[in-house]
Amino acid sequence: LSHGSGGRAMARLIGEIFHAAFDNEWLAAGNDQAAFDIPAGRMAMTTDGYVVSPLFFPGGDIGKLAVHGTINDIAMAGARPLHMSASFIIEEGFPLAELKLIAQSMGEASRAAGVAIVTGDTKVVERGKADGVFISTSCIGIIPTGLALSGDKARPGDVVLLSGSIGDHGVAVMSKRENLSFDTEVLSDTAALHELVAAMVETAGGAIRLMRDPTRGGVAATLNEIAHQSRVGVRIDEKAIPIAPQVAAACELLGLDPLHVANEGKLLAVVAREAADALLAAMRAHPLGAQAARIGEIVADEHCFVQMTTAFGGGRIIDWLSGEQLPRIC
Amino acid sequence: MPSSEATRLRLRVTGAVQGVGFRPFVHSLADRYALAGFVRNDSQGVLMEVEGARVDDFVAALKREPPPLARIDTLECETITPLRDAKFSIEPSRDGKTQTRITPDAAVCDDCLSDLFDPKSRFYLYPFVNCTHCGPRYTLTRRLPYDRAQTSMAPFAMCEDCARDYADPTNRRFHAQPIACPKCGPRLDHSIEQIVTALQSGGIVALKGIGGFHLLCDARNEAAVAELRRRKGRDAKPFAIMVADAAAATGAGLFDAQSLRLLQSRARPIVIVEKREDFAPSIAPCLSRIGVILPYAPLHRLLFHAAADLALVATSANPSGEPLIVDDDEAREKLASIADLIVGHDRAIVARADDSVMSVIAGAPAFLRRARGFIPEPVALTNDGPDTLALGAHLKSTITVTRGREAFVSTHIGSLDDRATIDFFRETIARMLDILDVKPERVACDLHPDLASTRYAEETGLPVIRVQHHAAHIAAIAAEHKIEGPVLGAALDGHGYGDDGGAWGGELMLVDEGYWRRLGHIAPLPLPGGDRAAREPWRMGVAALAAQDRCGDVFDRFPGMELAGKVAMLASAPNVARTTSLGRMFDAAAALLGVRLMQQYEGQAAMELEALCKSPRALDNGYRIESHILDLTKLFAALLKPGLSAAQGAELLHGTLIEALAQWLRAAAQARGHTRVALGGGCMMNKILAEGLVSRLRDFGIEALLARAAPTNDGGLSLGQAHIARMRKV
Ligand SMILES: [Fe+3]
Ligand SMILES: [Mg+2]
Ligand SMILES: [Zn+2]
Ligand SMILES: [Zn+2]
Repeated sequence: LSHGSGGRAMARLIGEIFHAAFDNEWLAAGNDQAAFDIPAGRMAMTTDGYVVSPLFFPGGDIGKLAVHGTINDIAMAGARPLHMSASFIIEEGFPLAELKLIAQSMGEASRAAGVAIVTGDTKVVERGKADGVFISTSCIGIIPTGLALSGDKARPGDVVLLSGSIGDHGVAVMSKRENLSFDTEVLSDTAALHELVAAMVETAGGAIRLMRDPTRGGVAATLNEIAHQSRVGVRIDEKAIPIAPQVAAACELLGLDPLHVANEGKLLAVVAREAADALLAAMRAHPLGAQAARIGEIVADEHCFVQMTTAFGGGRIIDWLSGEQLPRIC
Repeated sequence: MPSSEATRLRLRVTGAVQGVGFRPFVHSLADRYALAGFVRNDSQGVLMEVEGARVDDFVAALKREPPPLARIDTLECETITPLRDAKFSIEPSRDGKTQTRITPDAAVCDDCLSDLFDPKSRFYLYPFVNCTHCGPRYTLTRRLPYDRAQTSMAPFAMCEDCARDYADPTNRRFHAQPIACPKCGPRLDHSIEQIVTALQSGGIVALKGIGGFHLLCDARNEAAVAELRRRKGRDAKPFAIMVADAAAATGAGLFDAQSLRLLQSRARPIVIVEKREDFAPSIAPCLSRIGVILPYAPLHRLLFHAAADLALVATSANPSGEPLIVDDDEAREKLASIADLIVGHDRAIVARADDSVMSVIAGAPAFLRRARGFIPEPVALTNDGPDTLALGAHLKSTITVTRGREAFVSTHIGSLDDRATIDFFRETIARMLDILDVKPERVACDLHPDLASTRYAEETGLPVIRVQHHAAHIAAIAAEHKIEGPVLGAALDGHGYGDDGGAWGGELMLVDEGYWRRLGHIAPLPLPGGDRAAREPWRMGVAALAAQDRCGDVFDRFPGMELAGKVAMLASAPNVARTTSLGRMFDAAAALLGVRLMQQYEGQAAMELEALCKSPRALDNGYRIESHILDLTKLFAALLKPGLSAAQGAELLHGTLIEALAQWLRAAAQARGHTRVALGGGCMMNKILAEGLVSRLRDFGIEALLARAAPTNDGGLSLGQAHIARMRKV
């Protein structure tokens, strides 16, 4: 891939790759924007940038991540995603073949999710100004009438549900990056959660206080965000948290706490206690929530601590981290 | 009474002079020298005026024989116009803010012991006997002024006898705030016989002491000790032993004169010495030393009065990692599954305080844990500075509050991992600021971004000064030794977050006027698996093998470790995290020598290596020093030699480290013109290493300063942070 003059042909080439991969009527129209009708109701909108190394990892790639992640941010409002946009920063010299793979993967992900990528942009920058490829995606969606999920709505007594096992994505990326192999390969859990969410909303609707996808920083960071936004504490039970044995083994090897490891296809829901069982059942009925579990509850706590009851019965504090996990033992 | 040549002096005394029987002492001296005048407490300490012929004798005696718990910091004296008053009197305090400080808790005094065992005394066999010279202080004071109503003795109305003693300036219990007798004071909820019977029959007893509950059992009954370990979930961490008296102590351990004095001091710390009697095997597995403590509360004395030969395990009663239990109801709830008998009483413990732990290192006492008996005694600083709150790091946490020229290091708080300890951390901050009446102008914390203490600092809204872990270790020593100007030091430690985000722990530091610079470090080893590697020394063993390009050996060396191959891969990866920590190097050596592969408590591997080392032996050319980087590759290669026994390896390790570290420090000291260096960090708890270094440096004409006023481990960090933060120009 080259940058600068002679870029015309190249731009067309890139354009063709994406048109072919995303293939929808809005892109085909060839305008600088997509025009469409929208249903009545409250609209949700989100945008996210994707920077990941390596670009391809077991169970996914940056393209898939860029589609799923942004859809999930919309879905966490209980909303139905409608359309998305995508913008690419591509480093000069990036292999076209890999770009094609990423584009195809995005196209597949968007078709599978039923959310078309209706507009986009690409820029090629000088070598060294980007790391392979960066992707930005935005998405809009419609929130069902009467639903108003928000991070400040958790109340003492509410129940915390988790849609499945933790740490898969982070471990998949790390093991690829560190060139580590495990007996069973760990695959990223990257997935679009809006259909699981639709099933949850249908079952529990207004009883759901909030939903969050625990991506970067893991379950620990997300629970701390919820605690601070809602000015409450959270108490979770170590034994109740689902984790795949190979993920646990990888975390043991690397000395990582899986609670801080990223997920890309999981959600945390805080729900009124009386609706928790029904909601859990609805989650388990969906393939993406088959391993859903009730992992804890919201408690009153002026200091907004997230605590975990451990096998030894202690109340370990689950902190949120400013970056990677660092040693603390002197 | 006063003759015509009478002189009148006005004397002002500051220091620990309130609540320690200072005024009755002054009164008795005035009587002795036939002086008139008065004495009273005020906001700065004690003010007195004495008039008569023998005022000089009075002043001399005042300095010579103050009451046992008193400490005079300053004494100002001026001659004023005689008033010709007729007698000497103790006057009531003048202003509202009188009591400036609380004194530490002190072991029962000899006079009270006489009362305790005198059938004619009204305090006969009373477990709460005390006087102005002894007893609890800090642990039962809610707030200042130090007055009975502000202590947990408030609910107990004095009987006539106690009220009379309390009001009598000639009585040892004049204004003894916790004064109590069997008629009016606190009561134990079980008899001494019940407790002793339970202990002698192999039971585990939770006993409420001065700063919290202890768990006690017969130290010679292996079944009882093993059962205590099982119930407490404490696999191997050594237990301290309480014995009746100095004679029994010298049977239990090898006490030199200094250690014995420490053992019998008013603070009554646990003192670590070489073991003489073995006791039950699971008291201190794989260690050659033992912690011994003497009874300090009258209650403990009564136990040994009933059974003088008893040797008791005395360990703090706390559920896994949480703070010491102080409350009777909490004890009944949380200790039910551990203790066969739970013994409490109705005098509340207001402020928790663990037993202090000390050891004589290089000719002077050093703290391993500073708590009961020492808090809240301040460390004197050289100059004034802004009042500062320093929050320590993560493990063995303490906080420090500075006020004027004094630094108050808090009691041992613990590891800030769980809710209960973090609550105690917050309580301690609030309590210290309250009793010292300080509103800090700045707050200091560790450089590590993800510690609970760092978070707390960020939430105070005060200017935050982040202090690198090992700079703080060195600064703590500089502070207590009152060093002005630049200090060169070696921080020999477990782990601390470095200026570059790295895992530091073997650092050559220059600390000066609120700033620091890393001059050099130990050449790093891989740290495969972060904190996991600290808990699993075998991983550091693998790291050392990887550093020698001998990854293939890991399967032979660590056959039981399923992850050995993967850890070797991790350790040889180009981007693996690396550590300069000397503590982790000890772990690596312990693993390579087959001494310890998995750590059950912090520092276990290093302590067991130390126990194996009888006489340190330096390997020729066992190290290399280049631009202040200390490379130990050859030492590790030597530790891999076939046929080397664990003991030989331990001796080689200690000997070579002493030589290498001393040469490393010598080079830096000479290059920068220093004749004095500070040695800090957790590794300085290793007596062989610390003493060897001090002595080798002395050969080079370099004076080595060790941490004496606060622990050399992370318990001293808050002092160092405070020192740096208050010197910082902002
Ligand atoms: Fe340290
Ligand atoms: Mg987002
Ligand atoms: Zn006494
Ligand atoms: Zn009485």
